[in-house]
Amino acid sequence: MKRRHGLAGGVAVMALLLGGCSGSGGKRAEDEAADVGVGSGPRLRIAMITHSGPGDAFWDIVRKGAEAAAAKDDVELLYSADPDGGEQAQLVRTAVDQRVDGVVVTFAKPDALRDVVRQAVAARIPVVSVNSGAAESARLGAVAHFGQDEVVAGEAAGRELRRIGARRAVCVVHEQGNVGLEGRCAGAARTFGGPMENLYVQGTTMPQVRSSLTAKLQADSAVDGVLTLGAPFAATAVQSVKEAGSSAGIGTFDMSRDLISSIRDGAVAFAVDQQPWLQGYLAVDALWLLKVNGNVIGGGRPVLTGPAVVTRANADTVAPFAARGTR
Amino acid sequence: MSGSTSRRWAGRPEVGALLGAVALFVFFSLVADTFLRAGSLSTVLYAASTFGIMAVSVALLMIGGEFDLSAGVMVTTGALVAATVAYQLSLNVWVGVAVSLVVTLALGLVNGLLCVRTGLPSFIVTLATFFMLAGANLGVTKMITGGVATDSIRDMDGFAAARAVFAADLDVGDVRVNVTVVWWLVFVAAATWLLLRTRAGNWIFAGGGAPEAARAVGVPVARTKVALFMGVAFTAWFSGMHLLFAYASVQSGEGVGNEFFYIICAVIGGCLLTGGYGSAIGAAIGALIFGMTNKGIVYAQWDPDWFKFWLGAMLLLATVVNLAVRRRVGAGR
Repeated sequence: MKRRHGLAGGVAVMALLLGGCSGSGGKRAEDEAADVGVGSGPRLRIAMITHSGPGDAFWDIVRKGAEAAAAKDDVELLYSADPDGGEQAQLVRTAVDQRVDGVVVTFAKPDALRDVVRQAVAARIPVVSVNSGAAESARLGAVAHFGQDEVVAGEAAGRELRRIGARRAVCVVHEQGNVGLEGRCAGAARTFGGPMENLYVQGTTMPQVRSSLTAKLQADSAVDGVLTLGAPFAATAVQSVKEAGSSAGIGTFDMSRDLISSIRDGAVAFAVDQQPWLQGYLAVDALWLLKVNGNVIGGGRPVLTGPAVVTRANADTVAPFAARGTR
Repeated sequence: MSGSTSRRWAGRPEVGALLGAVALFVFFSLVADTFLRAGSLSTVLYAASTFGIMAVSVALLMIGGEFDLSAGVMVTTGALVAATVAYQLSLNVWVGVAVSLVVTLALGLVNGLLCVRTGLPSFIVTLATFFMLAGANLGVTKMITGGVATDSIRDMDGFAAARAVFAADLDVGDVRVNVTVVWWLVFVAAATWLLLRTRAGNWIFAGGGAPEAARAVGVPVARTKVALFMGVAFTAWFSGMHLLFAYASVQSGEGVGNEFFYIICAVIGGCLLTGGYGSAIGAAIGALIFGMTNKGIVYAQWDPDWFKFWLGAMLLLATVVNLAVRRRVGAGR
């Protein structure tokens, strides 16, 4: 709140300097119009409700992006999350109850959120979706969507697996019930061309992920490609491959500080990054732009934030940003 | 009110919980300025009812001296069965609803029979069925739909009618109250009548408190326990139907972990883990406390990273208050 007073004071001084003492001047009105949103009027309150489980590395980056945009736009950001569809819907309801100025949601479970999002729209609260649900977003009443098309990203991953010479692959699904993850595996299977199996693991318990994958590699020694769907799981896959004495190449979705060094030293062959920081950032910024200047981004179509493929060739460029935890 | 009546009232299992609920309500009203809005309160009530419907039957089962750890995933099973039957066979959704009721009651029957026939603790038996159901939920769904969620049944015959029954939003004045709140109150009233006004109620208390003595005086302990497991199955079916008709498609991985929330609601409401003591009204207040805490933290805008910490702290506080009150009034337990 302190900062706001500072800003408001700054703006007031600016206005005095610019406007001088003229009672009514065209120039002054023009200047005021140019000062869109900065410290003028009450702060915007934007609620962001994701389907993240507690302590999820990926969602932490999305949240950081949203917080960065909120800080820049002087927006109060209310973040909450629940992996259970019904619970997430209730959290959206609480945001509507609080009459926030905008809502950012993830449509991992679009049917569960359908009605509450309609309630938000009916209450004239603009909704923007991020990350999952590109296909449903506009139909459910969101004004914009920022994310990657999971099937398109999966296809990119399938091609990369092919490129590193894999002939038989496993797709490691770490969150049961997420349509987006299923889409990635389906897309990868489509372009990979060889046999690809899905392996379900309990993503919230890393030792369990590791032992399941190790067991799979031990049981089926012909597997020479492993595709994980999140950066932390790639590191675990490296351990599993070592443990099972397998020579499988590893590719993954998403990005992290550790993953970059694994890509640099060749332990992981590639990463398909959807730039989560960008998703959070753009979502908050889009709502802010809609409020202060009536802008809509994307023309009613999903705005793609990925796939951005990172391999050994371009890892050095990405490394400093990943080290900061923003890529 | 005579002295003995007030003492009897003070000895009721739910008194501590009631004080806890009032304290929490006042607390959240003070720290969260949006908490007292009609819309917010209806959201809180909705959250409470979704846990409360299950907490009622779970409380009865606990009074009867048993646990059901499969209650959380059984809700998902019920919803999956109804959605799958209706969609795959292109039938009216009510057929799915009926088949789902038969399947969940059968699961409750199996839980009950396994417990009374083997004599194993229900904790072990239902832990096993919990895992089996969680696996079957995913395995069967994947096998049939090729995905991890059921197909949406929103546009099928009977959906609108079923939605009106299980998931309607009722407009009371200018406030939306979900129909689950009404059903919750109905179930609480029915369970309270069963416990306090019928012979079966006496059997539940006796079978949970002192099974050997109860058996000796001719109480059908085994039959009562099986019926209680089927009661949990019935509310699981009902909750599953709400999930299905409120959200149209069901994710196969959901429901895991909720069984503990049902148990904690019952415990906050004064049920003992050892059986033979508790009340349905208490469980309802427990669910209200849980719902208030669960959503109050959101309205208070506390950092969600700490959400579970605060939830745990609140629950601990509520149960300690509960215990202190019971000791003070000398309920003797």
